[in-house]
Amino acid sequence: MSQSNQSHTLEINKQAEGRPPRPSVAARTRQDQLARRVFFVITLLPVILIVVVAVALFLRAWPILSTYPLSDLLFGEVWKPSHGQFGFKPFILGTVWVTAVGVLLSVPPSLLVSIYLAEYAHTATRSIAKPVLDLLAAIPPVVYGVWGLLAIVPFVDEVLAPLSDRWLGSVSLFSVNQPTGFGILAGGIVLAVMIAPLIISVVYEVFSTVPNDLRHASLAVGATQWQTIRNIVLPRVTPGIIAAVVLGASRALGETIAVLIVVGNVANIPTSIFDSAYPLPALIANNYGDMMSIPLYDAALLGAALVLLVVILIFNVISMLVLQRMLRRKWA
Amino acid sequence: MGIKKKQWQRRHIVEAFMKTIMLGSLVIVAGALGLILWTIISRGLPALNWDMVSQVPKGGFYMGKEGGVLNAIIGSAYLAIGGTFLAILFSLPIALYLKTYLGDSTWGNYVRLSLDVLWGIPSIVYGAFGFTLMIAIGLRASLLAGIIVLALVELPIMTRAMDEVIRRMPADLEHAALALGSTQLEVALRVVTRQMLPGIVTAILLAFGRGIGDAASVLFTAGYTDRIVTSLTRPTASLPLAVFFQLGSPFPEVQQRGYASALILTIIVLAVSLGSRWLSARLNKYTVK
Repeated sequence: MSQSNQSHTLEINKQAEGRPPRPSVAARTRQDQLARRVFFVITLLPVILIVVVAVALFLRAWPILSTYPLSDLLFGEVWKPSHGQFGFKPFILGTVWVTAVGVLLSVPPSLLVSIYLAEYAHTATRSIAKPVLDLLAAIPPVVYGVWGLLAIVPFVDEVLAPLSDRWLGSVSLFSVNQPTGFGILAGGIVLAVMIAPLIISVVYEVFSTVPNDLRHASLAVGATQWQTIRNIVLPRVTPGIIAAVVLGASRALGETIAVLIVVGNVANIPTSIFDSAYPLPALIANNYGDMMSIPLYDAALLGAALVLLVVILIFNVISMLVLQRMLRRKWA
Repeated sequence: MGIKKKQWQRRHIVEAFMKTIMLGSLVIVAGALGLILWTIISRGLPALNWDMVSQVPKGGFYMGKEGGVLNAIIGSAYLAIGGTFLAILFSLPIALYLKTYLGDSTWGNYVRLSLDVLWGIPSIVYGAFGFTLMIAIGLRASLLAGIIVLALVELPIMTRAMDEVIRRMPADLEHAALALGSTQLEVALRVVTRQMLPGIVTAILLAFGRGIGDAASVLFTAGYTDRIVTSLTRPTASLPLAVFFQLGSPFPEVQQRGYASALILTIIVLAVSLGSRWLSARLNKYTVK
């Protein structure tokens, strides 16, 4: 017994010989405390960063915010920087139209897919669907833009526009005023595909917060699966679904390159989904860099970025708070 | 009886109908991916050749003459690797701090909320912010500025993805290490990071893929040049911008090359996405089950 113990100790000593001496407990505790402080400071960075971005944009946009009343900027219709006219209305409306079309096109199929994956699909279907959604989310915006240019713009121009002209021509929302294919509808279709993976994955998460007992109880009294979803599951997840849609909308609001390529970039006030538009991100991307010679131009573009940031921040905070609350229920 | 039967039929018809349109939607979404890949491949492949990936633009490249986009490929690699590296330096400590010290507390959720909000800020806003910062400190459009802005874009993506895997860490392992007398730092660095390595690698590659494909953030910050970048303070080309600029050209040959560049970018991004799946499956072998 004692012999084996001795040999054991010897072995440990032998092992320890080749290594540097172990730091003392005090030193390790000090290390721990130091790391704790450093990590704490680093963790504050994201919180600080949001404030810094907002303040920096506000300060740089201040020259124009202090020159013109806010209502003139937001609701002015004329954009002529060289004449000192900075009306954002066409751009704001362009953003709203493209985003609205994208969200409206994206939400129904995205919802159906996430309900299917959460409630019906076999594990095998899910394991195929996940990589598909991951890949859709991984494709860069500029590639979506190329796809939109090569596939969607001609599709709108050659198929959708003539169809709409023939059947819905009298409704101004669907009238074809500039037959090029570039426009709100093309931008909306591209956006719809881009935000679908986000909406699907968030809604899927939200569905998984509903306890299975509830489903089983409903099925046990003879309800069909859809009845169970309709009457038991959906009422409990509605806030989460709305949050997912708002999140998708905020992603669509800020999308730049993909939309810029297909939306036409004409600063008018759109009246039909076939009109071209000029959303705020496209305005910034197209003009930033060569605006230095015109007074206030630079401030105006950063003002546009600020408007975008504020709207997106509001959308994000609201939807994230709703989602956090719902998902915490799952873990608790 | 008759009423009961009618009800029975109707709700089952609804069930079948809903199921059909759900499957239809799934096909639409999967079909969209297929359509995108098909469009990019069928239009990009004819213009893709060895010169595209092995040469920098030569004189007259933008009028359809010889050359390739090697400058953009290398520039994008530098930008994304640099941005990812910089983002790791911050996101790993944040994710570990969230796990080790904050957990599911209110403060932890505030940090998570702010990361989610940062994730939602569009990259064009980061680009504009980066540009104002550059003007403020007198930095010109350069590789360094591009790396910093990309790190900002990647940071929330990487941190939240890491956080999501790290918070799933089995508590037993952590408790075992603490019971043996480890400090929390030692647990974080030697147990959590090793056990969660597959997830951490996935998070890093996810952010890398997002970074290499992002155009709006590097548009004003990294600049563009036909040469291969040699210094952090010089402007650099990037692949998404190469695609974007070539698309805007009036020459069909150049547009063709834009499609080919888009194909190259797609291949890189999909390879990273699939590669991260494979790698995390590989690394999973070395974790405690």
